[in-house]
Amino acid sequence: MTDVTSSVQSTFQRPAQARRDIGIKKRYAAERRFQAYGFTAILIGLFFLFVLLWTVVSKGYTAFQQTTITLPIEFSEKIIDPKNERATNPAKLMSANYPLLVRDALVKALAIDPADKAQVKKATEMVSASARTQLRDIVVANPAIIGTTANVSLLAEGNIDSANKGQIDLTVAEANRKVNDQQIKWMGTLSESGALAKQFNTGLFTYGASSRPEAAGIGVAALGSFYMMLIVLVLALPIGVCASIYLEEFAPKNRLTDLIEVNINNLAAVPSIVYGLLGLSIFINFAGMPRSAALVGGLVLTLMTLPTIIIATRAALKAVPPSIRSAALGLGASKMQTIFHHVLPLAMPGVLTGTIIGLAHALGETAPLLLIGMVAFVVDYPGSPMEPSTALPVQIYMWANEAERAFVERTSGAIMILLIFLVVMNLGAILLRRRFERRW
Amino acid sequence: MNMMSEAAVEKALDQKMNTVPLKMIGKDVSVYYGEKRALYDVNLDVRENTVTALIGPSGCGKSTFLRTLNRMNDTIDSCRVTGKITLDGGDIYDPNIDVVELRARVGMVFQKPNPFPKSIYENVTYGPKIHGLARTKADLDQIVEQSLQKAGLWNEVKDRLHESGTGLSGGQQQRLCIARAVAVSPEVILMDEPCSALDPIATAKVEELIHELRTNFTIVIVTHSMQQAARVSQRTAMFHLGNLVEENDTDKMFTNPDDQRTQDYIMGRFG
Repeated sequence: MTDVTSSVQSTFQRPAQARRDIGIKKRYAAERRFQAYGFTAILIGLFFLFVLLWTVVSKGYTAFQQTTITLPIEFSEKIIDPKNERATNPAKLMSANYPLLVRDALVKALAIDPADKAQVKKATEMVSASARTQLRDIVVANPAIIGTTANVSLLAEGNIDSANKGQIDLTVAEANRKVNDQQIKWMGTLSESGALAKQFNTGLFTYGASSRPEAAGIGVAALGSFYMMLIVLVLALPIGVCASIYLEEFAPKNRLTDLIEVNINNLAAVPSIVYGLLGLSIFINFAGMPRSAALVGGLVLTLMTLPTIIIATRAALKAVPPSIRSAALGLGASKMQTIFHHVLPLAMPGVLTGTIIGLAHALGETAPLLLIGMVAFVVDYPGSPMEPSTALPVQIYMWANEAERAFVERTSGAIMILLIFLVVMNLGAILLRRRFERRW
Repeated sequence: MNMMSEAAVEKALDQKMNTVPLKMIGKDVSVYYGEKRALYDVNLDVRENTVTALIGPSGCGKSTFLRTLNRMNDTIDSCRVTGKITLDGGDIYDPNIDVVELRARVGMVFQKPNPFPKSIYENVTYGPKIHGLARTKADLDQIVEQSLQKAGLWNEVKDRLHESGTGLSGGQQQRLCIARAVAVSPEVILMDEPCSALDPIATAKVEELIHELRTNFTIVIVTHSMQQAARVSQRTAMFHLGNLVEENDTDKMFTNPDDQRTQDYIMGRFG
C-alpha cells in the first residue's frame, strides 16, 4: 500500500504554470445572472399582486358605504289598516300598502304636487323597493307605531346610490342616463337637509341575494360557506389523517399501495368541476340528497380536499426523523403509541398547514358548486346544512353577471371580504404552527 | 495500594468470567435484507453483568447483530432473521413473544443521541409510563431521579428537568438517552456506537457510566474504537463480512488474538 502511494506521488507533476482563474468570471457572471432572474421574478409577482389588490380595492371600497334617505314616515292608520282589523287578522299588516307611506313622505319632503303622477313616480323611484319590507318589519315588530311619525333611514335605489358616489357620468345626455336631472336636483335638496347621506353598509354583510343591488349582501352566502367549511373540516381532517397514517406507517409497500399513492396524487390534480359531476351523480342522483344544500357542497369539497390533506400529512409524517421512531420503539412502545405519542405531534404543524391550505382552496372553489345547484337565488338564511344555500365565491360569480353599476362595486367588495377570510385563515395556520412548534 | 487492589479485583472478576451465566445465546443467527445476506450463522453468547463489545470494519454486520437482540430489525420490511436467539432460555423470535415486552427487557441506546423533543422529565418518564411502572407522581419523580443519577446526569439537570431535552449538549443528550433506557429497568442494554457523535470528554463520561452500569445491567456495545472496546468491555467479538471471526476475553483479544484477521484489524492493517 505505502509503496503504491509513494510511486504515485513521485510521478505526479504539477503543470509549470497552473492557472486557477479559468472561467471564474463566467461563474460569477452566471451567479449574478441567476440572482437577477430570481429578483425579476419576484418583482413581477409583486407587481401583479399589487395590480390585483389595487383593482379590487379601488373598485370595491365604495361597496362598504350605502346611500340612505332618511324620511319622516307617517305610519298612518288609514293606509296601513283602514278597516282596523289588525287585532283579529295580523296578516293584514303583512300585506299593507307600505310604498304609499314612502310616497307620501317623499311628496311632502320634496314639495311635489301629488297630482303630478310623472313627478311622483320619478321621486318614488329614488327609494329602494326594499323599503316595503323594511317598513313592514318595523310595523310588525311594533304595531304601536301605527298613528305616529318616525324618522326611518330608507335605502336609496341602486342608481341613486351610484350617482351619489359619483359613479354615473352626468355629462351623458339625460335620455341615456339612469338618473334624470330632476332626480339629481332632488338629491341635492335631500342631502342639503341631511336626509340623503352615506352610511356604513351593514347590509352587505347581512342581506341575502337580491335583484336590487342596494338590498343584496353576502350574509346568506357566507353562512352557506361556513356550513361547508365545517363539514369539510369535520370529515376531511380525520379521514385524511387516518388514511395517511395507515398508508405511511402500516400499509405494506407493494404494488397495490403504490397504485393507491399514484391515484391520490392524480386526484389532487383532477379539475374541480369533475368533483362537481361526481357529487351530482352520487350524492344527489343516487343518494337523493337535496339539491343546492350546503351538506352536498360540503361533501363534494371534502372529496376535493382529501387528496391535498393526505399528501401534506404524508409528507409531514415522512419528515419526522426516523431516530424518533427508533427511540420510542426501542423503549418498548407499540407502533400505535410511537405514532400517536411522538410522530403525529411532530408532524402536526405540517398537517395543519395542509389542512388549512385545503380549506382555503375549498372556500374559494366555485366550479363544483355550480354543478350541484348552488348557483341559487337564496334570500333567507339557511337554518341547517340541509336547506338551500349558496357560497361566497358563487355569490361573487352571480354578481359579476349582473349589469347594474352598483353590482360592480359589490362584486369587488365581496372579493375583498373573501380575500380577508383567506388571509385570516392563513394567519390562523401560521399562529397554530408557531404554538405547536414552541411546545416541542 | 488502592489501585493495586482494584486491579486485583478486576483480575479476579475477569478470571471468573468463564463461570458467569449466559444472559443471551445466539445460535446460527443469519440475517437477510431482501436477497442480500448480512450475517452468516453467527454463534455468540452474551454473559450476564458483562460488557460485550462488538468490533469490526464498517458493514461487517455488528450493528445488524445487535439489532437482532431486541428485534429492532422487525421494523425493516425486507429484513428476515433465521437461527435462534434466547434471553434467559426463552426464544425471543417465538411468535408468542410480545416484542413490546422484549424491548422493555432489552433496552437500546442509539448512535446519534435521539431524545424526544420534550422535556427532560418527560423523556425519562415516557418508558415507565407506557409500561405502567409508576402509578403516582411521586413514583415517577423517584424513577426520574434514580435514572438520571445512574446516568450521571442528575447534578447537571436537576434544576431544569422541565426544559427541553434537545437543549442539552450532545454528551448530555446521550446520557439522557441512557437514563431513558435505564428508567424501564431493562436486563440488557444494547448500545450502537453510543460515543461516535461525542467529543472525547463526553465519551469518557459515557464510558465511565458504562463501567458503572455493568453491575446492574448486561451491556452489549458496538464500537469502532479499539481503545474504547479495550477500556469498557470484558468480552469482545470481532465481525468481518457478516461472519463472527473471533469471540474472546477482551484482554486476550487485544494482546494475543487467536485469529490472524483480528490481529490485522486491531493493528490497523485493514478496515
